[in-house]
Amino acid sequence: MSGTRLVFALFWLSTAAAATPPDAVRQQELVRLVRQDCGSCHGMTLQGGLGPALLPADLRDKSRDGLKAAIYEGRPGTPMPPWKQFMSEAEAAWIVDQLKSEFPR
Amino acid sequence: MKTLRALTLILAAALLAACGSTPLRGTGDLGLVIERASGHVTLVDTTARQAYARIGGLGDLSHASAVYSRDGRYAFVFGRDGGLTKIDLLEARIVKRVMQSGNAIGGSISQDGRIVVAQNYTPGGIKAFDAETLELLAEVPAEYAPGKFSKVVGLADAPGNKFAYALFDGGEIRVTDFSNPRQPTTQRFPAGNQPYDGLVTPDGRYFLAGLFGEDGVALLDLWQPEKGARKILENYGRGQEKLPVFKMPHLRGWSVAQGKAYLPAIGRHEVLVVDVATWKEVGRIPVRGQPVFVMARPDGHQVWVNFAFPDNGKMDVIDTLAGKVVHAFEPGKGILHMEFAPRGETVWLSARDDNKVLIYDTQRFTKLGEIAADNPSGIFFTARAARIGF
Repeated sequence: MSGTRLVFALFWLSTAAAATPPDAVRQQELVRLVRQDCGSCHGMTLQGGLGPALLPADLRDKSRDGLKAAIYEGRPGTPMPPWKQFMSEAEAAWIVDQLKSEFPR
Repeated sequence: MKTLRALTLILAAALLAACGSTPLRGTGDLGLVIERASGHVTLVDTTARQAYARIGGLGDLSHASAVYSRDGRYAFVFGRDGGLTKIDLLEARIVKRVMQSGNAIGGSISQDGRIVVAQNYTPGGIKAFDAETLELLAEVPAEYAPGKFSKVVGLADAPGNKFAYALFDGGEIRVTDFSNPRQPTTQRFPAGNQPYDGLVTPDGRYFLAGLFGEDGVALLDLWQPEKGARKILENYGRGQEKLPVFKMPHLRGWSVAQGKAYLPAIGRHEVLVVDVATWKEVGRIPVRGQPVFVMARPDGHQVWVNFAFPDNGKMDVIDTLAGKVVHAFEPGKGILHMEFAPRGETVWLSARDDNKVLIYDTQRFTKLGEIAADNPSGIFFTARAARIGF
């Protein structure tokens, strides 16, 4: 019984951690990072440049995990670098969610 | 007789009034600053070291650049959204604006000043416009395989109303001859993996395309194009693992000084030094980040370097005689671009995240002033009008 509860608690903790969105200040930083720094290849308006466009329509058929991995780990063989030294995996996932809906200004 | 005298007086007064409202002035010390986020440009005077006008309505100016008419009066601003805007620096107004593509990355102007050419990502190719009217003259798609179009990078003017550029996806260097502006002819040269930008040397002879997908730079002798493009600086990374590149370097803007070319390494925190007589590597200079712009002061005594994220608050200054960094400082946040005064006594730096353009004395490295600008990026002075490859 206590074992089940422990597993449940661990499960709850892990999903809670993954789902915790960055706080408002951090969100602002991430938005700026995406628009300004990702923007140097993908365009400040995310309509693409040397890198592909990142508007919701462009990402509709792409998996959330694949996109998160592209941000976090980079894409070998392309100019896309890994951004893991500047964000957590949860933050990369938050960016993907924002990109897939409508990215904040 | 009396009426004639009165008329003369009236005319003279009118003339004086006209002169009073718009005093004559030249354009040699003017320029513009791109304000990337707000679609504005700020017009500046490099003698007064002040802004004198601001113009809006230029669309998406992230990664925008500008070239000048031969008289330095008109700037042609290439916006990211494909907008091409002709600005009169003397009257401080937009003369004409066209949307020429969906996604653009800059442009260039012909040797005779009559043709403005834009380079585009979408649809991939170049387009030529009449510099007077912005009427479309010709279009050269960057089709590198049947039905496949490449993003165009590194477009630079060369003597003979030619333009050299590279195809990022196609791995080619191309030279398009616009001596007959409506019927251009194009030569193609295999260049290497993923050219990311290019430059024409100050004498107009060589076109260099930096390669992202491999260690090396492709070089084409425009005086002997039949010899084809060859690679220089091959394997400069010597197989070592590359550092991540968080922003593509730029080659445009002369980095040729004292018989040597200073080029950014890719994925290495180094500036590569090449002898332009032999095109052999003669040195490397360690710097504090991934170089983005490596630009020589007009006299060639110094080379200034800015960096990709996350080191984009830093600047390193190389003394070309000493062959090393002699001054390193942190002028502001998000230093995106720099431009030297025509003869190099000052350098202007855009500090994007500080919303300022900073003006520095290049000899003493002291700050002389600053200009407010909304997320400034590119800075372009009219002295570019008289330079090949700018």
